[in-house]
Amino acid sequence: MRLALFAAAAFAFALGLVQAAPAADDDGQWIMPAKNPQSTRFSALDQINASNVSQLKLAFSYSTGVVRGHEAATIVADNTMFVVTPYPNKVIAFDLTQPGAKVKWQFEPKPDAASQGVACCDVINRGAVYADGRVFFNTLDAQTIALDAKSGKELWRARLGNIKMGESMTMAPLVARGKVLVGNSGGEFGVRGWLAALDAASGKVLWKAYSTGPDKDVLIGPAFKPFYASDRGTDLGVKTWPPEAWKIGGGTVWGWVSYDPELDLVYYGTANPGPWNPEQRPGDNKWTSGVFARKLETGEAVWFYQFSPHDLHDYDGVNENVLVDAPWQGAPRKLLLHPDRNGHMYVMDRTTGQVLSAPPFVYTTTSTGVDLQTGALTYNPAKQPRAGETVRSICPASPGAKDWQPSAWSPRTHLLYIPHQNLCQDASTGEVSYIAGTPYVGADVKMYAGPGGHRGWFTAWDPAAGKPAWQIAETFPVWSGALVTAGDVVFYGTMDGWLKAVDAKSGKLLWQYQGVSGIIGQPVSYRGPDGKQYIAVLAGVGGWAGAVVAGDMDVRDGTGALGFANAMKDLKLATKKGGMLYVFSLEGGAR
Amino acid sequence: MTRWRRLVSSVLALALGSATLHAAEPSAQPEALRVCADPDNLPFSREDGSGFENRIAQLLAQDLGRPLVYEWLPDRRGFVRKTLGAQLCDVIIGVPAGFERTATTRPYYRSSYVLVERGSAPPVRTWDDPNLARLRIGVQLIGNDLAASPPGYVLASHGQVTNVRGYPLAGEQPAAQRAIAAIERGEIDAAMLWGPQAGYFARRAAEPLRLQALPAPKDAAAPPLEYSIAMGVRRGDKQLREVLDDFIRRRQADIDGILAEYAVPRVAGVAP
Repeated sequence: MRLALFAAAAFAFALGLVQAAPAADDDGQWIMPAKNPQSTRFSALDQINASNVSQLKLAFSYSTGVVRGHEAATIVADNTMFVVTPYPNKVIAFDLTQPGAKVKWQFEPKPDAASQGVACCDVINRGAVYADGRVFFNTLDAQTIALDAKSGKELWRARLGNIKMGESMTMAPLVARGKVLVGNSGGEFGVRGWLAALDAASGKVLWKAYSTGPDKDVLIGPAFKPFYASDRGTDLGVKTWPPEAWKIGGGTVWGWVSYDPELDLVYYGTANPGPWNPEQRPGDNKWTSGVFARKLETGEAVWFYQFSPHDLHDYDGVNENVLVDAPWQGAPRKLLLHPDRNGHMYVMDRTTGQVLSAPPFVYTTTSTGVDLQTGALTYNPAKQPRAGETVRSICPASPGAKDWQPSAWSPRTHLLYIPHQNLCQDASTGEVSYIAGTPYVGADVKMYAGPGGHRGWFTAWDPAAGKPAWQIAETFPVWSGALVTAGDVVFYGTMDGWLKAVDAKSGKLLWQYQGVSGIIGQPVSYRGPDGKQYIAVLAGVGGWAGAVVAGDMDVRDGTGALGFANAMKDLKLATKKGGMLYVFSLEGGAR
Repeated sequence: MTRWRRLVSSVLALALGSATLHAAEPSAQPEALRVCADPDNLPFSREDGSGFENRIAQLLAQDLGRPLVYEWLPDRRGFVRKTLGAQLCDVIIGVPAGFERTATTRPYYRSSYVLVERGSAPPVRTWDDPNLARLRIGVQLIGNDLAASPPGYVLASHGQVTNVRGYPLAGEQPAAQRAIAAIERGEIDAAMLWGPQAGYFARRAAEPLRLQALPAPKDAAAPPLEYSIAMGVRRGDKQLREVLDDFIRRRQADIDGILAEYAVPRVAGVAP
């Protein structure tokens, strides 16, 4: 063993590899959806590689018994796998030491049924997180729950929001140094966004940072040093709104949270402003559609940058922030990579909040670029939605160039693997509509494929070059997460049910497997108790993109699912509802 | 259902042949009238039957001689799909005429968004009235992307945003109730609310409130402020729609009586 290590080191040295050998520090577990607090989704396991992945076979599978959109990552720790289902948010633990991975325990949190009517885009959940013998997850009715990982016994639950006010929770928590970081969903209902840090031991709220309102609520104090002048000033979370509009201003925190243990900073994005129409909320609407860096201990804001000031197109800023140490223009730099809904691929200095580059990564008509001097997004006024008029070719469409589906970074290829969509939309004044007994005329939004006629992309983005290394056009939006491994294989799922393995360097398709339902979950990789590498993913179509199938929607009404139905009419023919866990290995073994 | 009418329908069924005879046997229970409704959305409906749509449903069921049953679901996104669409019920008592998610009957009332103010305040006559610009005005917030409530849109298009306060439809009580409570507390001066909700909650206010519909704004892009309300059935359910149309034609006066009891502001006119 020592000899082998020495040989490997010598080999690495001979090749001039300067990166830390990643295989050495992967414990084989997958304890949080993004694999690590830096959110790279990189597995250093390499038994499965580009030359043998074609041999991948089903090791075991399990039906979750829920047939809504399964967006969660499976979590693996202590030889146990943990799965959170969509509403009713069952948690299922599998004993990986048993053949076929027997169910060890199951926990039913029994969320309020009314929360289903509050969820904006299917009743999804993005997964649990494991830390120090505990499993933490959120429920649709806005509770954070801690379970004992061994027994499935409930340790505590914290009710953090009121579903009657439209507040729900769908995101996966992040645990860092004894703090559980969670945020809310529901901006379209007039919910005010926040990120909260709970004590992992008790569930007690240690701090809560709002995304709108006075500095004291946003936890902005002397430590706050935003890079751009537009983010400096007192109480901008109040002053950049009409009076009191900030109180119900959105900026929810329903996406991903990252953490840099060295800088001791937490990074997360805020959602779009709501529920006001743009003309009703003049101003930048801070601190919506942007990214915060905060101190973990106190929640104090350190910097903020706004991707889409005064958002016009539903461009939430909640996409993942991938923390990467890599050379930038010749010098090592602490980077933050963020593919935003607004169509720009942001490379930022994560210590200061400076935007280093922000080229578009899809066809974009709503803006013409990002001014690196001021940090401002330059909007195209011709694509601003206007009542009484039809505005065509709004690109990207409301779900953005990329929605929640998280990308993966390989320190071996220095590429960011981005699952995303290629959608545009037309917006016009719609028919008379009705909600809670109140009539109104809604916007009639119809989404459709962007240039090329396909609705999805899987892009390997080279941040240094500011362009794709390679791209795969997919028929449907790629609504699953991405996984990249030290075997230089990239995994992602498609809405028509394929789990695909492609070459990390070239994008060449190496292997694929079709499940019973479309895949919008997050593939993960772990080392089993048998020492073998496994790939796991949940199948179960749904989410905003898949609501036409999961919600049994009538696709004759293209404006359904806020206009997404129009772009997804053929999904019903391509897949069906489901809820399945699939686990693969080179040996297989499933009967 | 009178005995006489049942007899007529039996005879009719007999004449039509054996297939329908079975359904019309005297022992068969009349089919229930299945209504889709929000369990907590006054003044429209409530689980205890206290809303005016509950009263209209009751009148309808009595008129048809059918037992009344409800499928309760909060009227949120997906309401039509999850109730009517899922075949759990057959009629929604109130939807806007021409509502595209259902087939709609003839309208049985027409109302308007109205300005609710203290009775003591100088009345505002038009959207351009300088007094309007000085008022702190509450509006309902729809909560769908790019779907302002009609008065919210008109206020914004008249440059009025700084004095506007929003009341999201999601909340512990109806948005209109919260807005009227805010007038009573002096937090806002007025509110522009959908007529039936304005009428009902204004009548319960401690001090007299004045309701009035402002004339339509000149802005061509402005959304309508008046809406005709009909009953909704599944698209293609022509048979039930005809039964309901007939009921509305015959019992309009009784429906009017119920609406008056709930102080629903009415306007004349046709469906938008």
